[in-house]
Amino acid sequence: MEITSPSFKKNVHKALRDEQLQQAMRHVRSNFIQKRAAAADALPEFEALRDNARDIKNHVLENLDLYLERFESKVTENGGHVHWAATASDARGMVLDICRRVNAKSVTKGKSMISEEMELNGFLEKYGITPVETDLGEYIIQLRGEHPSHIIAPSVHVTMNQVRDDFRKAHTHLPKDRPMDEPESLLKEARAILRQKFMEADVGITGANFLIAETGTSIIVTNEGNGDLTQSLPRVHIVLASLEKVVPTLEDMSQIMRVLARSATGQEMSVYTTLSTGPRRASDPDGPDEYHVILLDNGRSNMLGTEFQDMLRCIRCGACLNHCPVYHAIGGHAYGWVYPGPMGSVLSPALAGIEKTANLPNASTFCGRCEEVCPMRIPLPKMLRHWREKEFEKHLTPPAQRRNLKLWAWFAKRPGLYRTGSRVAMRMLSLMGGSKKRLRKLPFAGAWTEDRDLPAPEGGSFVSQWNAGRRT
Amino acid sequence: MADEIGSRDAILSRIRSQAATKPQAERMADVEARISSHKRGILPAGPRSLIKRVERFTQKAEAAQSTVAQVSPPKLAKAVSEWLREHNLPAEIRIGQDPRLSPLKKSGAKLMTVNSGKADPADITGVSFAECGIAESGTIAMLSGKANPTTLNFVPENHITIVNESDILSHYEELWPRLRRRFGRGKMPRTVNFITGPSRSADIEQTLILGAHGPVRHHIIIVKGA
Repeated sequence: MEITSPSFKKNVHKALRDEQLQQAMRHVRSNFIQKRAAAADALPEFEALRDNARDIKNHVLENLDLYLERFESKVTENGGHVHWAATASDARGMVLDICRRVNAKSVTKGKSMISEEMELNGFLEKYGITPVETDLGEYIIQLRGEHPSHIIAPSVHVTMNQVRDDFRKAHTHLPKDRPMDEPESLLKEARAILRQKFMEADVGITGANFLIAETGTSIIVTNEGNGDLTQSLPRVHIVLASLEKVVPTLEDMSQIMRVLARSATGQEMSVYTTLSTGPRRASDPDGPDEYHVILLDNGRSNMLGTEFQDMLRCIRCGACLNHCPVYHAIGGHAYGWVYPGPMGSVLSPALAGIEKTANLPNASTFCGRCEEVCPMRIPLPKMLRHWREKEFEKHLTPPAQRRNLKLWAWFAKRPGLYRTGSRVAMRMLSLMGGSKKRLRKLPFAGAWTEDRDLPAPEGGSFVSQWNAGRRT
Repeated sequence: MADEIGSRDAILSRIRSQAATKPQAERMADVEARISSHKRGILPAGPRSLIKRVERFTQKAEAAQSTVAQVSPPKLAKAVSEWLREHNLPAEIRIGQDPRLSPLKKSGAKLMTVNSGKADPADITGVSFAECGIAESGTIAMLSGKANPTTLNFVPENHITIVNESDILSHYEELWPRLRRRFGRGKMPRTVNFITGPSRSADIEQTLILGAHGPVRHHIIIVKGA
């Protein structure tokens, strides 16, 4: 997809004024947080499982080459094919080659964030192949010509009324006066339409939540069952996976599985966890004749051995998005590339370049909730800070901001002056806040107060409170 | 088209030079040991006795919106046909060739139409025999093959899975040694499906609705004493 992260500030401005979006985002704030907390609390071993999940992935990353080689040899042994793609454009070329060889006209797709990285849908269309997204949320946004705004709930920014309008426009063969007032009727309509697509498809493309080195198995986790219809009905199954998805054994996968669904949707287990190994066997009555795994690098191997290596532990549960106050306020599209929220603000600069994404690491209050809930214990705030450092080193920060930072640093190095200055500033702000103790406008920081009030400072500064003996 | 072998080698050598913290020989030995050890990690505490395990399995499966019944072996066919009637469904099922399903073909033939083979788009109810149940999450595991074709798990609107009581395990990790014994180390059937409840989606305003693309109903029949 075209990257709009450079205009992040403009995107945010738009998002904050988008009433439909703001209405839709309310569901994220209330739903996901509660459900995850309940699921985590219900499992006494949850914290220990998080530690173990982290350790498994750390071990994998230190031996990633060997586990990938083993995975490849097992896939081949089972009659499947592994393709290594250095870039997104290599990977989509590989998909096209397979589709052309089998003369594919229609391709069904299970949910895959990598296919967004690859810009696969537009690419296939250009070559006369029709891609059909089958996850309900993905189907909705495909109709709308949009990209996912959340990594596990791609249409979270869309309201039911909008879905109804989209279905009316797209499904013109259905009676105009059909009942469409309940989400149930909309789901039924999509189910019937996509059933037909599943049956017609020549190739099914899925993502992968895990790859298992021991057996050459790829795994998808879904609630709808769309991934399974995608991969078991057509003649060809293509798996799109990034390098870091591999784990050593079935046991290791079982460990991480326990933290995945709980962190994502608050379920103990998603409805369907499907392990696929090679194409159908000679005696199998169903399943695909061909099984391909495309392993995509696209910048990930360059993260190894750097301060961003830990990011490769990510299992794409979405918990950091669900708990992020910035994500809640602006939704996923404002981030401007494939991966939104805290994980995206760390990953996007690594994959798409900090030059285009320099705004993203700043889109954080450093409240730390993302790290608190990350099942893989990825130190997201720390890595966001690393990116801010790089941003500054590369002179990507706007000149005014650099000047102000330098000014602040000058004061910070002179504690006496700093304290006096901040005392005066606090008193002034406090006076300006008036009886409501809020500032609706702030000189030199008009952008900050455009969408919110600044609470006027109350009480003493941190240092004065500390000196007064308030140390807890 | 990219040179696939070239990019394979380039990716692997980049990983090797950036990630490896130990000598190659040591890493190879580590990886070999890790893969063959099948280390289990942390298993959540759960009931030990079979009775309690079946209870936990039932409670968890129901929490995931499956329905669960227990029957003795001779009543299996009747349990299936009664469930169909209760839900106003046609007395017709599709099954695979699993010998454990033969009661459905024999005594079931008088009660309902029994079709054999992989799923047909017109099928309304599929019946399959599960490899095992997993008590910790109320999950059932299905293996692909002609005994229980994978499409039966997804294509029909209703899915009935039958599981022997003694096959109800505590954790996912207990399934893997069974598969290694049956298929060989490092071998798997084409598909293993873990299924926990009927299909669902919350993609429209986060409202959970059952019956997205897979089955709308998921019924589990536990065969007692088997």
